[in-house]
Amino acid sequence: MKLVIGIVRPEKANDVLEALYRAEVRGVSMSRVQGHGGELDQVETYRGTTVKMGLAEKVRFEIAVSDAFVQPTIEALCEGGRTGEVGDGKIFVVPLERAIRIRTGETDHGAVTPVSK
Amino acid sequence: MTDLPHLAAAAQVDTGDTAWMLVATALVLMMTPALGLFYAGLVRSKNTLNTFMMCVGAIAVATVTWALVGYSLAFDGDGDIIGGLGYTFLQDVGFEPRDGTTIPHLVFFAFQATFCIITTALVSGAVVERMRFGAFLVFAALWSVLVYAVLAHWAFGGGWLIEGGTLDFAGGVPVEMGSGFSALAAALVVGARKDYGRQALLPHNSVYALLGAGLLWFGWFGFNGGSGFSTGNSGVLAFTNTLLTPACTLVVWFLLDALRGRRVTAIGAATAIIVGCVGITPAGGFISPGWAMVLGAVAALPAYAVIVWRPRTRVDETLDVLAAHGIAGFTGILFIGFFAQESWNGVSDGLLYGNAAQLGDQALAAIAAPAYAFGATFVLLKVIMRVMPLRATEREEALGMDIVQHGEEAYATGEGAILIAPETDDEAAVPVADPV
Repeated sequence: MKLVIGIVRPEKANDVLEALYRAEVRGVSMSRVQGHGGELDQVETYRGTTVKMGLAEKVRFEIAVSDAFVQPTIEALCEGGRTGEVGDGKIFVVPLERAIRIRTGETDHGAVTPVSK
Repeated sequence: MTDLPHLAAAAQVDTGDTAWMLVATALVLMMTPALGLFYAGLVRSKNTLNTFMMCVGAIAVATVTWALVGYSLAFDGDGDIIGGLGYTFLQDVGFEPRDGTTIPHLVFFAFQATFCIITTALVSGAVVERMRFGAFLVFAALWSVLVYAVLAHWAFGGGWLIEGGTLDFAGGVPVEMGSGFSALAAALVVGARKDYGRQALLPHNSVYALLGAGLLWFGWFGFNGGSGFSTGNSGVLAFTNTLLTPACTLVVWFLLDALRGRRVTAIGAATAIIVGCVGITPAGGFISPGWAMVLGAVAALPAYAVIVWRPRTRVDETLDVLAAHGIAGFTGILFIGFFAQESWNGVSDGLLYGNAAQLGDQALAAIAAPAYAFGATFVLLKVIMRVMPLRATEREEALGMDIVQHGEEAYATGEGAILIAPETDDEAAVPVADPV
């Protein structure tokens, strides 16, 4: 059981969701974050004030999956999120200690993808 | 262009008329930023500024072209197709009254300029979220002369439509059908947004859209109410009809929304206000208040149908300029042919009051204006395309036009922004807002 964290471009978020859906990964959280990677900073000018935008808008997916679904999830994130340019983002996979579905009290593998029928 | 005979005879400036026309001109100029707000609300947040800036750009460019040559081509002389060059660079446009009006020629020029501006801005609705800003400015400059000025001459300036008897009070031909059918051509030449039909592309701020529509309606009192060029009967009639028609369109739009989706929508209401104002634009000073209310109800139907149908096609006419302006303007122009009433307008009757010929004149305009607007815009953009790319790259489109075209964000938070000190001269060394 792992927590897969994928940080991708906001404009690719829809593609990632589609890819996850096709990979039958269910149960996704998404949030807007700001981050800094290796990409060149955007320069913006407001009247006389010129600034370098050190943080870029990103979208962070958090997906808890059973072990068999880790690879398909990673593949979906890569497939949906990749443009080939610097700034496509990162994927982190971390071990997950426990998972509980609040509605039923199911725990662990019962509570993450694949959703029990 | 349809002044009461006693006004046409008076070759003197009337202070009351002039005072009203000064205000009306300012009201119409305000409609273009209002349109910018309306359009900006309807696009995604990453394109807010670019969308608004296209309207601001139209004010910049179309005012200049209008003063240099557009006004002259539209309003100098009564050539069938195009006016003369006597008023280019505003020569001979001064304090003496404009022929057929009681207002100074300069005021008449400024009032007409605001029409050219907003019409140019309207066309941008078809191409937002992907057309390059520079290419749009070039298009706006040429379009305001080659398309708007020509249509304005036909309908207002002594061209073949007005001479042939077509009634167009405030611009069903040049403004509404001119922008609407040009927008269709522009959408076809520029092409759909890359995500069109694949992703839901939703309005990012419906409050902007409602506020923009409300300000447009407010400005439209100057637009229609000023198109009599006086405080005389036709202007007064058009002013009041500008209240009545959009209200009726709203009511019918509510009903259509409720029937179709069981809910009355805010974006629908904003659209209905525009459709109603457009519908009464050509007819304002020609039909009775009663018929104006009927027109409001009638105009809603075809516009609503096109708005429902268009997104199912491959044509990404993004903000539905064709439906809201082209189709509603078409309805208004034809409506005059049926319901114009000489007892109200002092000019002509429609079919219902015994003058079938008026309907023929109106139908002619309803065919000629869309044909010219569509054809000329199509060719113009094809020519510009040979000189410069019309659209941003897919990558730029994904990033959003605000950052790519303007180097600004509409909703910048400042988090993570590092100040580049002005005195250090390393601006040149910093990568410009150009995506790698």
